[in-house]
Amino acid sequence: MSFLSHDQTLPLGLDDNTLQRLTTGLNDQQLIWLSGYFYGRTAAGRGEVQSALQAQAAQPAAAARLTILYGSQTGNSKKVAQQTAEKAKQRGVQVTVQDVNDYATRSLKTEQQLLLVVSTQGEGEPPVAAEELHQFLLSNRAPKLPDLRYSVLALGDKSYLQFCQTGREFDERLAELGAQRLLERVECDVDYQEAAQTWADRVLEVIAAEANAGNAGSSHGPLTATETLVASAQEAYSHHNPFEATVLEKIQLNGRGSSKETYHIELSLADSGLHYEPGDALSVVPRNGEALVAEVLQAAHLDGAAPIQLSGVEFELGTALTQKLELSVLTRDVLERYAAAAPQHKPLADIVTDIPQLQQYVYGRDVADLLREFPAELSAEQLAAVLRPLPARAYSIASSLLVHPEEVHLTVGAVRYATHGRTKHGVCSSHLADRLAIDHTARVFVERNEYFKLPQDAATDIIMVGAGTGVAPFRAFVEERVELGAEGRNWLFFGNPNFTTDFLYQTEWLQHLKRGTLRHLDVAFSRDQAQKIYVQHRLLEKSRDVYGWLENGAHFYVCGDKARLGSAIQEALKQVVQQEAGCSAEDAADYLRALKKQRRYLEDVY
Amino acid sequence: MAETIKLSEVEHVKDGSNYLRGTIDDSLQNRVTGALNPDDTHLIKFHGSYQQADRDLESERKRQKLEPLYSFMIRVRVPGGVASADQWQRLDALSDAYANGTLKLTTRQTFQLHGVLKRDLQQTIAGFNQVLMDSIAGCGDVNRNVMCSANPQESELHRQVYEASVAISNHLTPRTTAYWDLWLNGESTYSSAINEGEQEDFEPIYGKTYLPRKFKIALAVPPTNDADVFANDIGLIAIEQNGQLLGFNVAIGGGLGMTFGMSETYPRLADVIGFVPAAQVVDVCEKVLTIQRDWGNRENRKFSRLKYTIDRVGLDAFVQELHQRLGYELTPALPYWFETSGDAFGWSGGQDGQAHVTLFIEGGRVYDKPGYLLKTALREVAGFHTGEFRLTGNQNLTIANVEPRHRSRLQAILEENGVWSRTEKQTALRLNSLACVALNTCSLAFAEAERYLPQLLDRLDQVIRANDLTDDGILIRMTGCPNGCARPYLGEIGLVGRAIGRYNLYLGANHAGERLNKLYKEMLDEDGILRELTPLLEAYAAERQPAERFGDFVLRRGLVAATTHGQNFHA
Repeated sequence: MSFLSHDQTLPLGLDDNTLQRLTTGLNDQQLIWLSGYFYGRTAAGRGEVQSALQAQAAQPAAAARLTILYGSQTGNSKKVAQQTAEKAKQRGVQVTVQDVNDYATRSLKTEQQLLLVVSTQGEGEPPVAAEELHQFLLSNRAPKLPDLRYSVLALGDKSYLQFCQTGREFDERLAELGAQRLLERVECDVDYQEAAQTWADRVLEVIAAEANAGNAGSSHGPLTATETLVASAQEAYSHHNPFEATVLEKIQLNGRGSSKETYHIELSLADSGLHYEPGDALSVVPRNGEALVAEVLQAAHLDGAAPIQLSGVEFELGTALTQKLELSVLTRDVLERYAAAAPQHKPLADIVTDIPQLQQYVYGRDVADLLREFPAELSAEQLAAVLRPLPARAYSIASSLLVHPEEVHLTVGAVRYATHGRTKHGVCSSHLADRLAIDHTARVFVERNEYFKLPQDAATDIIMVGAGTGVAPFRAFVEERVELGAEGRNWLFFGNPNFTTDFLYQTEWLQHLKRGTLRHLDVAFSRDQAQKIYVQHRLLEKSRDVYGWLENGAHFYVCGDKARLGSAIQEALKQVVQQEAGCSAEDAADYLRALKKQRRYLEDVY
Repeated sequence: MAETIKLSEVEHVKDGSNYLRGTIDDSLQNRVTGALNPDDTHLIKFHGSYQQADRDLESERKRQKLEPLYSFMIRVRVPGGVASADQWQRLDALSDAYANGTLKLTTRQTFQLHGVLKRDLQQTIAGFNQVLMDSIAGCGDVNRNVMCSANPQESELHRQVYEASVAISNHLTPRTTAYWDLWLNGESTYSSAINEGEQEDFEPIYGKTYLPRKFKIALAVPPTNDADVFANDIGLIAIEQNGQLLGFNVAIGGGLGMTFGMSETYPRLADVIGFVPAAQVVDVCEKVLTIQRDWGNRENRKFSRLKYTIDRVGLDAFVQELHQRLGYELTPALPYWFETSGDAFGWSGGQDGQAHVTLFIEGGRVYDKPGYLLKTALREVAGFHTGEFRLTGNQNLTIANVEPRHRSRLQAILEENGVWSRTEKQTALRLNSLACVALNTCSLAFAEAERYLPQLLDRLDQVIRANDLTDDGILIRMTGCPNGCARPYLGEIGLVGRAIGRYNLYLGANHAGERLNKLYKEMLDEDGILRELTPLLEAYAAERQPAERFGDFVLRRGLVAATTHGQNFHA
């Protein structure tokens, strides 16, 4: 090729051989087109950089840039981040909102003001999206950040011992690296909205005050929000204002003799305007059972008619215990408050200060157990103050709105067990299983699950791994894909104890298989043979095809029990990759990490 | 060239099955359903198993989005009904490990395990293979379990007749290796189907499409017709001289199944066509079977049994073909006399000092319940018993050749477990009752049988006792459908299910299985059955002639006309 002459000076890193390799097989026309294309591409890139630099230069020095990062699993952090950005915008602050998953860690050094909204998963782990930044920051590669001002909003669930652990770690580490807090960290429980808004207002207040102090007459630069803010119709219904959904159908899915008790519940969304997508969850606001309320009252030697106040509203104690306060599980915060209210119990004080003991104590105990083991003459008002609000329980939605307009289906496993001499019931599952009949109403609202969604491209294959009620979202996924005529293949792995009684939605899956709308169905019934067989074993048996699908761009979904399924599937998948790609364990771990990063490995575990 | 024959679906399945393999292997490996691939449900029968579903749970499970609760019945062949104590113990254990915990003793002297899940089929079959039992040809379009009179009193004769039944059974067992390929990992350690030196599957008798329909052979030793020989495609009546077996009168063309609403279908008793010396009996069976193989109807399975072939071509033409294929003629039948088709219960002594005890097993079901630990008792007996367990053709059990030193121990076990009283204290009506499995597992059943007959008998027993008929054996037989598993058309009282709780009542069969009954009343519920039978039993008690059987009495009274041939059963 004549135009590539030897005396031409090539840019650094490019030599004739490379050029030759890159251009082999291209004709002159293609080469000319490419030269134009690359020129254009470079020019555009430079332009971006330039305009950004100009914008920055034009800003008064004191009007620092604000970046809001969110590390979200279910979408709550994202929601808060976006709301905060909206408020900032209204105050005229230049703000960038970004998913921490897409954030380049090296940018941290150049940040000036950073707000981090991050949730904590399970036993104190960061959400997948925040894993990389978390690892980077906590490592010794993390840079000093003396110029950074920041604040952390930590989302969590107080029923977990490692409450808001991730937010705490980010906050403390940033301080260690020399960054200055704009505002002390705020930790939110499952009912986060109010605290989050207060945090946002206060931190923006601080930012505004500083900006005014530094440059009184500064004009505000253009606003950039990298993601569109969506005003959601969903928010009309919430924990405090749930929709009363009528029960249309309720079916016990387990055959006779099963060790499980799983219900398929169909609820009407008629006239609610509620909308959801496969992968979303439906939160149900439960009520405590009469028997448990009576036991608590008895153990506390209190009268259910005693008046109390909750957030300034009058209730009878019995009503509050039924509708407003959590009784069926014990959490650290409740234990701490109770220990403080009943200081005469020295052993209880010891338990509260010793995490392993605390962990052991709360396991399988409820409020009635606590009151009985450590009796204290609390007043009705005191008792109500010790207890925590009764949280709503979120269930992965098992239906597609396209197939079941104005309906939402749930797959609910009734939680029952006997500990400490009494039979315990999961508050929400037993509410649904025992006390909710057809034509009754359940109080519900939709909770969006930001990431646990079908691939945007309908041609993408999906592999779904569901154990027990974890199969629920996959029923919705397959229904939706069938209805949309998605060409991508669907593969389901399902596990439960026994084939004859616990194969949830078996006839539906068999129909899908027959029609080809489910390409493969692999099942593991752990108790049908002497040695236990789980879904991860089936995954390994099918390693070649699983890897083939992943290499072909498949998305991989896992739903079910966190402790038993989450890590087992990750381990199995790493083994699959190691075996099929012939690579090292480290490379396989990287492969999985990359899948997560690309949001192709998605978990909905609980 | 003859006109094109439109073969039935099952014929195509057999033809394409590569000697009964089909896709059974694939079906077994499919974990997402408890069922087999549809075509394999036909083929699995040849391996001794029926795919069934629990009909009690049918609609419940449908609502639960669960497929029907599929399970398998496995029929273990016991030629002549003779099992060893080891074999009994093994089946007892297998029924607990893989089936529903019970054993069903059938009207064809086989064991049935019910409720075996697909995933346990191989282990179950391998389990009885280890005690030299198999299920091949337990069902399907082949010669089924060969029945033989369980009558132990005539020891030497019984032995010789039994040996003939085993010889016939072995000769007519399919040769395909599919059975041990599928169930025994290809290990042919034992199967009655072994054909030494054969490299490829080859069915010298059946060919690759086997028979048009099932085929049944039974042998009886007069005067007891406990094998109901006339209900079989081939019935062989032992003829003895001085206690030694001479040979057999041969009867052909029996079969009881029919279809409601199709009068072209009918039960038919076998016709006696002559006598064959014992040495040629296997040959005669093979030739009758192969004529049916060649001449039987393969288009419509409702008309595929030998009985229809014979009535289509004529008995004479059939016998002529038989003589031609044999190369010799059967000699005229020799005189014989049957007294009863029922069993004799309790203890009896053999010629050689050994003793036998025949127990009434209601519905043929061996199980335990409080106060009646039959299964436990028999398990215990099997632990020391050195003789055999003989299944009778009436779903009962003879513990045969009990050593004198074991007799009192055995008796004590039967008494302690509540078993003895079940035989001793029954009305003869109940002792002579038969019931098929029917609901909840049989897919053909329209009504209850085994689960219901005991309750009906509770009410009938009151009538029996009130009329002092306690010791009068009357054959009462109930089935859940018209296909005849409990030989209802040979019942002096035949009850055939039409719908849940509704039965057709048939009367007039003779007590020795030599005359079919006839429809008396249709669609009776329980009160209706009592209403019809009570006056008849009262009249029988009051007006019968000496030694007159109930089946003969109702004919004499003109309540029904005698059925003299299958073709006038509906008349």
